[in-house]
This record gives sequence, C-alpha cells and structure tokens, in this order.
Amino acid sequence: MNKQKHWYDYLWIASLTYLILGFFNILFAWLGLLCFFIPLLISLIKGTKSYCNRYCGRGQLFGIIGGRFGLSRKKDVPRWMKSKGFRYGFLIFFFVMFFVMLWNTYLVFSGAQDLKQAVTLLWTFRLPWQWAYHGTLFHDGVAQFAFGFYSVMLKSTVLGLITMVLFKPRSWCVYCPMGTMTQLICRAKSGKER
Amino acid sequence: MPAVTKKRKKAKVDPPLCVACGCCVKVCPLSAIEIYKGIYAKVHKERCVGCGKCAAECPASVIAIEEEAL
Repeated sequence: MNKQKHWYDYLWIASLTYLILGFFNILFAWLGLLCFFIPLLISLIKGTKSYCNRYCGRGQLFGIIGGRFGLSRKKDVPRWMKSKGFRYGFLIFFFVMFFVMLWNTYLVFSGAQDLKQAVTLLWTFRLPWQWAYHGTLFHDGVAQFAFGFYSVMLKSTVLGLITMVLFKPRSWCVYCPMGTMTQLICRAKSGKER
Repeated sequence: MPAVTKKRKKAKVDPPLCVACGCCVKVCPLSAIEIYKGIYAKVHKERCVGCGKCAAECPASVIAIEEEAL
C-alpha cells in the first residue's frame, strides 16, 4: 500500500494561502510564478510530470473540495474537453491572455498607462481590488504585473471550481495549460510521437 | 472436457487521451500504475487486480476496467 502521507500531500495549504494572501496584499501574487517555473523546469530537466503527479497544490485543493467535501457531481467530462483540439486551443488562449497581461505591465512600466488596481475575472468581469494595494517601493509596473498575474490565477481557479462541480473533482487537470505544456515537453524529450 | 478460459479484470488506459495527471497513481492500492515518461499512465498488468479505483478517479475518464483472458 502506498498510502503514507508525504509533505507534498499538504501543498494544497500553500495554494489556498496564496489565494487568500492576494486579498490582503496583491504583491504576494508574484509567488505564483513558482507554479509556472517549477513544472516547466521539472519537465525540461527530468522529463517527467512530477509537478502534476505530486506537487500541484491546486489539483489537491480541487480533489479535497470536490472529493472529500463532496462538492462535485463526479460525472465524466465531455469528450470535446479532453480532445487535443480543445486542450491545445486552451493553451494558446491562455498564452495570448498571458502576453496581454505582460503587455499591460510593459505599458505601465513605460509610463504609457496608469496602474489599474483591479482584477479581471473570466476575462470579462472587472473587480475593484484596491484594498489589496498599499503602495510599493518599486515601480507601479511591479504592482500591475501582480494584479495581472493574480487575475490569471484567480480566473483559472474559478474555472477549475466550475468544472469541479460539474464533472469530476480534478477536471481542471484535463485542460490545465501547464499540464498540457509539460506533457508536450515530456513527449518531445522522450522523442515519442503518437 | 471443454477447455476453461480464465478471465481477470484489469485496468486499461487509452494513452492518446491520457493527460498524465497522476490521479490514478495516487489511488492505486497496489502501485500497479505509473506515469510513463510524463506522457501517459501505464498499467502493470501483473499487479493490477481490476479494483476500478483508478477508473473512478481519472478526471478524463480514460481508464476502463476490462476482462482479459489469462
């Protein structure tokens, strides 16, 4: 039996803490970069998806809320959602949104645009978020990146929660852009084409 | 006497649709499944008893429990 608990089984606490910290000080959003670089580095160096398999706190959080707390219908995801077309399409969409966020950060850094103390949800709804910003010793662009990055993290969590309720607890894993990207890297590294 | 074909239930993964998330690995009580090179889940048939825990857990529902002749 492999049911012994490890330290990494509690990383859902880190994911939850991250989301909560963003309500108090948006600059904590920068820590979210760890969730981008660690899986990429693991797949590039080791050629595995250890991050998804072991360390993903967000996946664990969905597993707990949807599984242990029973907030999931536990139905199969629709076939289109696990198709390569949708997964790669969502990855591209995610990349585009990420670069829009970087562009907005650049505009603030260059002085062409003022800092927007807001978080957008599901790419549409603009939520005022000024309570989480108390000024910074650095340039306003640093805060703009934090607002943008926290938006990315929050909207993907909300999307994950919606599919968690509708389908299986970890349905987010099916179309998670980081998961798709690391799987592509692993496939390229192993030289196997299917 | 007619030959008797024994059948056992085993987990079977659909590799092209597997997202290699590793949810199946976590729930397998016999460590009979692994993520092969970060690409897809691979079942070790000799260890699998076809309990179905992995199939129930799989977020993409790409694991089926099938009967196989021994």
